[in-house]
Amino acid sequence: MANSATTPAVAATTGLEPILRVEHLTMRFGGLLAVNDLSFDVARGQITALIGPNGAGKTTVFNCITGFYKPTIGRMALFSGGLQTDAAIEFVTNSPTRYRRTSEGAVFLLERMADSEIAAKAKVARTFQNIRLFTGMTVLENLIVAQHNWLNRASGYSILGLIGAPSFRKAEAMAVELAVAWLDRIGLTHRADDPAGALPYGDQRRLEIARAMCTGPVLLCLDEPAAGLNPRESADLNELLLSIKEGNGTSILLIEHDMSVVMEISDHIVVLEYGIKISDGTPNHIRNDPKVIAAYLGVEDEEVDEAEAELDR
Amino acid sequence: MDYFLQQLINGLTLGSVYGLIAIGYTMVYGIIGMINFAHGDVFMLSVFIALIVFLLITSLFGGLAIAFALILVLICAMALTALWSWAIERIAYRPLRGSFRLAPLISAIGMSIFLINFVQLVQGPRNKALPPIFDGGFLIPIGDGNITLAYKQILIVATTAVLLAAFWYVVQKTPLGRAQRACEQDRKMAALLGIDVDRTISLTFVMGAALAAVAGVLFMVQYGVVNFSDGFVPGIKAFTAAVLGGIGSLPGAVIGGLLIGLIETFWSAYFSIDYKDVAAFSILAITLIFMPSGIFGKPDVEKV
Amino acid sequence: MAKAAAEPRIEKGREPIDWRAAIKDAGFLALFTLGLAFPILAFRTRQDLSKGLVLDPRWELVATLVAIAFFARLGWIVFGGRISDAASSTATRIGEKLAPLGEYKDVFRYGGLALLIAYPFLAVLFTGPAGALKWIDNFGIQILIYVMLGWGLNIVVGLAGLLDLGYVAFYAVGAYSTALLSTHYGLSFWICLPLAGIFAAFWGILLGFPVLRLRGDYLAIVTLAFGEIIRLVLINWVELTNGASGISGIPRPTFFGLPFNASDSGFAAFFGLEFTPLHRLFFLFYLILALALLTNWVTIRLRRLPIGRAWEALREDEIACRSLGIDTVKTKLTAFSIGAMFGGFAGAFFAVRLGFISPKSFEFMESAVILSIVVLGGMGSQVGVAIAAIVMIGGTELLRELGWLKAVFGPGFDPTQYRMLLFGMAMVAMMVWRPRGLISRRDPSIVLHERRAVGGDLVKEGHG
Repeated sequence: MANSATTPAVAATTGLEPILRVEHLTMRFGGLLAVNDLSFDVARGQITALIGPNGAGKTTVFNCITGFYKPTIGRMALFSGGLQTDAAIEFVTNSPTRYRRTSEGAVFLLERMADSEIAAKAKVARTFQNIRLFTGMTVLENLIVAQHNWLNRASGYSILGLIGAPSFRKAEAMAVELAVAWLDRIGLTHRADDPAGALPYGDQRRLEIARAMCTGPVLLCLDEPAAGLNPRESADLNELLLSIKEGNGTSILLIEHDMSVVMEISDHIVVLEYGIKISDGTPNHIRNDPKVIAAYLGVEDEEVDEAEAELDR
Repeated sequence: MDYFLQQLINGLTLGSVYGLIAIGYTMVYGIIGMINFAHGDVFMLSVFIALIVFLLITSLFGGLAIAFALILVLICAMALTALWSWAIERIAYRPLRGSFRLAPLISAIGMSIFLINFVQLVQGPRNKALPPIFDGGFLIPIGDGNITLAYKQILIVATTAVLLAAFWYVVQKTPLGRAQRACEQDRKMAALLGIDVDRTISLTFVMGAALAAVAGVLFMVQYGVVNFSDGFVPGIKAFTAAVLGGIGSLPGAVIGGLLIGLIETFWSAYFSIDYKDVAAFSILAITLIFMPSGIFGKPDVEKV
Repeated sequence: MAKAAAEPRIEKGREPIDWRAAIKDAGFLALFTLGLAFPILAFRTRQDLSKGLVLDPRWELVATLVAIAFFARLGWIVFGGRISDAASSTATRIGEKLAPLGEYKDVFRYGGLALLIAYPFLAVLFTGPAGALKWIDNFGIQILIYVMLGWGLNIVVGLAGLLDLGYVAFYAVGAYSTALLSTHYGLSFWICLPLAGIFAAFWGILLGFPVLRLRGDYLAIVTLAFGEIIRLVLINWVELTNGASGISGIPRPTFFGLPFNASDSGFAAFFGLEFTPLHRLFFLFYLILALALLTNWVTIRLRRLPIGRAWEALREDEIACRSLGIDTVKTKLTAFSIGAMFGGFAGAFFAVRLGFISPKSFEFMESAVILSIVVLGGMGSQVGVAIAAIVMIGGTELLRELGWLKAVFGPGFDPTQYRMLLFGMAMVAMMVWRPRGLISRRDPSIVLHERRAVGGDLVKEGHG
């Protein structure tokens, strides 16, 4: 089994504890090797970005972490609470269980869990590259559905709800309160009763993030949240993500191409190319890493200058 | 031993008919992702058409050789069934092409109901039976007994093999086949590249119907009796064959058909004839649950 | 037609009609019709006792059809543009006139309910006791059964977006369990009814478990296969189900112990009324009305609860649901089994309605009809489903009433033979005209400020 001699970069540089530890992740589709022996950490309470040219395998990594693909090889351990000792990981790895909860916290081996389980139990939420809102439902309904699991329990699996028990009505009111709080945060309260599909693109992206946050996650995975946003919307997004990191304490892992977002808000960046990690470190480190520049070299010189000018702003 | 071999021959014959019908299902599903619910009833229609044309020809040209008559019947049946299928596609499916998934399915079910009742009304509800068209075959002694290899049976299996080869050639080597495969992969892109998508899809339906018509003529030759309700169950069985072989795969459809024919025949021979349809439906359910991509199909990877 | 479309309509004058092109066009259609009509319409096969299978030519029929095709097409080319313009403007005007009626939705709801409750009495009033027998039974009760089945299937197909083509199986489970329990063990209808629902729900879970992860069309076909398997087992397991002969002598329901017969201990005698078979019919009508209203009430309530919302979210986007931690397997199973339960209740009612059931009533056609009612009504819409059921079932029953058509088409003309034919055509026509169903707007289940319906184009239909 993997020995911890391979100390992840993040612990070495920042001394912070990881919330997610990905080790030797490999994803093979028939003859195609999409992700090759990838290892990295996501630090707790920080924003980590996964970048790289198109086809680098970033969304594949996401799909593995969130349980939509089953990795060919690899271990992805999510730590809840303070229980991230190597002993704890070894224990769960060697047992047939998928996770282990104690009074100190929990360890989840994501590669053994199904997608809805990862969201419900390990509390990992995600957004999608092509927005997946419930377009035929209103904005408010989208946010209420996100709270389904605990609301369903509160409705007594519908029995209490059917008889109109006050305990359920109170629970539903609380759910609406949380939804409205998020609506205020993303500035969509006035559109609560509009169908989600009628919202402009930028609003839909923010709604998807709010919906993910309504599940109360410890790790939020965002797949290209800034895609298609204009500069002002990107700035709003940065503000939102930073407030999530600081206010909610949620750890964020995001895939992004928009360097103004990445460089502005990330605490830590992992760079992929053709499924292999080519760099790993702080934004400054990445900015100056010749390997990263070479990976993006397919780009015209003017664009590189433009990007660097943007970074310096 | 001779009983077993006889059932084997019977099963392969029956399976060939299923296979020909199954190709129609698999081609249509491959290109527009729709289960053509009415295909089994188009097959039934083709048997009626074959029957009537055969009676016409034999009464008009009394002295004509059977083989000649059958070839004429085949051509007429294929042409007329293709016409019907073209009309059905234009009326009931093409307007719904951009629409949501259930709409063409409901429309197809409606077409199926229409066809069944139409034939029942215009031809009457009773069985229509022909005297045997031609008989004879080889009597092969095996062990203690004999097995009969009828000329009809050889005709059916041979025709299926030839047609499978021909259509496989069309799909792989001709421009039409290329256009079909392009539409299967990405319809919008194919249209942007100048392929007449509507015409390609219509031709696919027509090809499937023509094959069903061949199956219909062979069915008439083999069994000589037909009824308006004879489309539904063979249709389901043929669809099972298409799924078993891997939806979208031409050889898969025929192999699936042979398998279904064999299973049905052996089940009736060694177990009970009452539950033979249950066997077919159960295979359908089991295949869809455990092996939805079939034997030769490609597994469907869901894009997240 | 192409020529007319190419020229911009600046004035409402008539453009010159290209008669040659029009006649060619109509001629093609006529030829096409001839091709379709030959030989299946042109000749009728007949089993002659001495000569075997013979052909009877029917060229008059073919000629008529070809002529109709020709002139209809010609007429459409010449007048079609004007007809469709007039039709759409009339439709818009009607729509405008009816729009303000939307304000009175509550009036319609309660008025409709009152009308339903009064229906049997109205039937007696307007058609007399003999006529009412037909109107309450063949129309009222028949339509209500399908409304209930439609509402039950609506949970599975309309709300959760799961394509079920084998719903009739649960109907059959409910009917047969009631029949067997009451004939073998003498259990009263009121005990059989909940048991039927439980059995059907149980079957729903059993059947649903292996198949609910299949997508779209495949789920439809598998459920069809299961429906057929159950029907074939019902036919062939003669020891249990009496096979194709069915089960008869199912005890009729009583009015809390009072049987609906002419005896002294009967319902009529107890209430001092003169015996008439109408009493039982009234009771059956109100029974099915109550069951249907129960289905409706439960559905509306569940829609406002988390599970109902989860069903609709499942229909919208299953992957998004999974990413939110919703256990989609359990959610689908719940929809499937609750829908099945209501099917079971309907089956129990069906068993005691006639006192006789046979596998013939549980063929695939039933599932297809019920599915059409749900889709035609507009998935998820309770009102739409009810209207669709009234139109389709009531419409086909109405055909039996059109005896006056015999005067037009001759005494051999039996409109009931055309029932299913027209039904199939109607299904195709409805789908081509309005694929989203009659009522395609969705009512949100929870609202912050104001309730606004969601347009049908944004609502997804589910992929199973």
